[in-house]
This record gives sequence, structure tokens and C-alpha cells, in this order.
Amino acid sequence: MGEAIVITSGKGGVGKTTTTANIGTALALQGKKVCLVDTDIGLRNLDVVMGLENRIIYDLVDAVEGRCKLSQTLIKDKRFDDLRLLPASQSKDKSAVRPEQMAKIVEELKRDFDYVLIDCPAGIEQGFRNAISGADQAIVVTTPETSAVRDADRIIGLIEKEEHIAPPKLIINRVRSHMIKSGGMIDIDDIMDVLSIDLLGIVVDDEEVIAASNKGEPIALQPSSRAAMAYRNIARRILGESVPLMSLDENKGFFKKVKQLLGMR
Amino acid sequence: MTNKRPLVMIMGKKDGLVLKLDDQCAYHDLLEELKARLSERRQHYSDGPLLSVKVEAGNRYLDPAQREEIQAIIRSEKMLVVEEITSNVMTVEECDERLRRQSLLQVRQTVRSGQVLEAPGDLLVIGDVNPGGQVVACGNIYIMGALRGIAHAGADGASDKVIVSSLMKPTQLKIGSVFSRSADVVEQEGRYMECAYVDPNTGRIAVDRLQSYIKRFHGLARMSYEGVK
Repeated sequence: MGEAIVITSGKGGVGKTTTTANIGTALALQGKKVCLVDTDIGLRNLDVVMGLENRIIYDLVDAVEGRCKLSQTLIKDKRFDDLRLLPASQSKDKSAVRPEQMAKIVEELKRDFDYVLIDCPAGIEQGFRNAISGADQAIVVTTPETSAVRDADRIIGLIEKEEHIAPPKLIINRVRSHMIKSGGMIDIDDIMDVLSIDLLGIVVDDEEVIAASNKGEPIALQPSSRAAMAYRNIARRILGESVPLMSLDENKGFFKKVKQLLGMR
Repeated sequence: MTNKRPLVMIMGKKDGLVLKLDDQCAYHDLLEELKARLSERRQHYSDGPLLSVKVEAGNRYLDPAQREEIQAIIRSEKMLVVEEITSNVMTVEECDERLRRQSLLQVRQTVRSGQVLEAPGDLLVIGDVNPGGQVVACGNIYIMGALRGIAHAGADGASDKVIVSSLMKPTQLKIGSVFSRSADVVEQEGRYMECAYVDPNTGRIAVDRLQSYIKRFHGLARMSYEGVK
């Protein structure tokens, strides 16, 4: 029996889908059987980020309404045999699925997979209710912005009320160390002070994440990217390893350091 | 009727009249007697200054309509003002309500954005109140943690309540019907327990160190004590 983890944030655009794709890929890289579930019915993205858009034949709503078997909707990843995607429908909306139907599907998937990662839509309405209905654990994604932290706090409050979900864990995404130093972004400690839940990981802001998701190649596969390392570390923490947090400072090359010393940057 | 003791006893005190009502007789007889006694003594006070009247109903329960009735009878005599009507008896509901108002609700949790915590009496929060979170109490509010959200003490209108917090960084404070918003620019960085109260001189919400507030409160009490002497 696997575990179902919902990835949520409240606010839109903080990187739920990217996080889902990359944690899923990183877990598959560790040899786990992983299924990614897109619950953002009507605004599906996870298939695009994974580069699997052209392979969709049946979707979540088809499975719920009994037009196909659940196994027929699962799309095999290009890179890993043990990584599957259950895509959302693009033509329906959130009301096409009820929370108990979603919970049943997740329950079924947990039998065949080690991890079921559920990508939650933004908001706290039915899409959110659907996404959390089958989850055992929750990961809340936020960015170092006041509005995102406020929404994360709201979501944490809602998840804490759900008895079937373990206390949520936090990922702080899109961290820019130089902006934190200059005071333009909230400090990690200040975020932790307000939200007061366990920190699962910090992902630095990296332009390559955008490039990779446009190509449909999750960044977690790139060996040297700092964001990729962060995602792989998060996956290892989910598996129970204790991995220290990376330092936020960029690894600068020798010439950059010299330039900085000379005040050229 | 053989009345050994009058149903209504009228006593003059330094600061007004005290009416002692018999609590054994029928309510109707009591009203008749009250009217009679007041009118027969009318000449004693009709040309004097306003007199305040305290009514003691003894062991008789008076519902709000009856209180209103007694008040109306007394008020119909010019120059008499009802100060209060007391009774030794209250209903179970009134008693429960009073107990509820005096109770202290203890909550061990973080009050997060969108959550509202309400208490009929005093409220003790062991945890933070985050931005967007709200705590409301008819009594006082004590927060063992950071107050970053909204706190409303004296929610039924009492402005003598206080809000105490280990770290006072509220978005809004309300005590009774007095409202205050956080300063747009955050000034001090003191990490001591603070207390918000309605300043009787300005009528506005003031925030001060808890120790200073207590000192001040005691100072005021002592002064009024000396004033009595």
C-alpha cells in the first residue's frame, strides 16, 4: 500500500505543478513506483510540464464516469517505466468529480504505486476539496512573498482540520538569496516563524526550471542545477533520509569571485 | 387583609431612597401597595431635588417585564429616578450566562489565516494568531505567543477589557467599540509582553508594557481610594 501526498498552496503560480513533476521524477529516479495525478480539471498543466500532452487519450473524468478503466488513463513516462501520469480533463470543470470519487481513485492507485502525488489546483473550493480527499500527507508550497505565505497559512489551517491527513510539510520555492539579503524578500526564518510547520525543503529560483518545463523535461534530471539538487533532496527526505539543507549562496566560479572582489558586479 | 409588616418599606438614605419589597405576597398586591405608598409620601420629595431609588426585591424573581413595570410606577412619580433593581434570585439561564462570561477558554493552537476563535468569557491562546486570523472574546484576551492578526476584546461592548500578547504585532485591535489599526510603519522591536487597553483619558486604544499598565492601574486605584477618605 503506497502513500498519497497532495501538493497544494492556496495561491496560484507558486510552483505546485513544477514541484509535483520534479518530486515525482526524483522519486522515480530513486527507483520508486510513482503516479502523478493532475486534479486541476479544466486547466491541466502537469502533462505539459512532463512532456506527455500528446499521449493523452482518456483522462480523470473518463475514469470517474466509467468510460474507461483506471489503468487505461495512466500514461507511461518517456524516461521512467515506473512513473505514470493520470491527466485531468481539459474540457470539463471541477464539479465533474466529487471528493468521494476522487478518494476512491486514489485508494485504487495506492495499491499499485509506492507514491501517489496529487497536484492540487489553486484556491480552496471544490478542486481543493477533491485533491485532498484521498491524501494521507500534504506538502504546502509557498514562495517568499507575503501574499503566498498568507495563503499557505490559510491552507495549512484547512488541512490541519482534516483528520485523515498528517500534519503538512512546507516547501519554500523560488528563493532568491540576494533579494533576501537586500530585504526585498521575506526571510526564511520569518516564514517559518509564522507558519510553524516542518520544512521539507527550499528550492532556489532558477531560470532553467522554466526552460526545462517548457521543453517538457523535469529539471530534477539535470545533474548540476541547484534547483534540481533541491528537488532530489526533497525526494530523499520524503523517503526518510535526513538530508541537510543546502546553503542558499550560489557556488560562484573563480572569476566571478575575483570580479566581485574587484567590485565589478 | 391584616398587614403586620408593610409590603413596601421606604427608607431614606444619604444618597437617595431604598425600597424594600416584600417577597412573600402576591405580585399584584405588591404593585398596588407600591403605588399607594409612593403617592401618600409624595409631598416629602415632590419639591426637592431628583432622588435616586434603589429597589430591593429580596427573594422574589422579577422578569424583565416586571422590572419594567416597577420602574414605570416609580418613574411616574416626578423627581424619582430608578438607580437599580436588585433581586437575590436569578434564573438558571442567567446564572449559566454569567458563568460563561466569567469562564476562561484555553486554546492550544495556532490561529491561522481565515480562522476565527470566539470565547464567551476570557480567552487564553497558547500559540500564535497569524495575519488573517481572528480572536474574539467578550472578556479579556491573553495570547502566549505572537498576535499578528485581529483581536477583539469586550465583544459585547465592554471597553474595560484588555488584550495581552507576548509579541504585539496586530493588524487590528478592537476593545468594546473602540478600534485601532496597526501603524503602517513598524517602529519598535521590543520583545516584552504588551497590553492593549482603552485609555480613559483619550478614549483610544493604548499599547503599553504589561508592567507599566499594571503600575498605572494600581496608581489609579490608590488615588480613588484616597479620594474616598
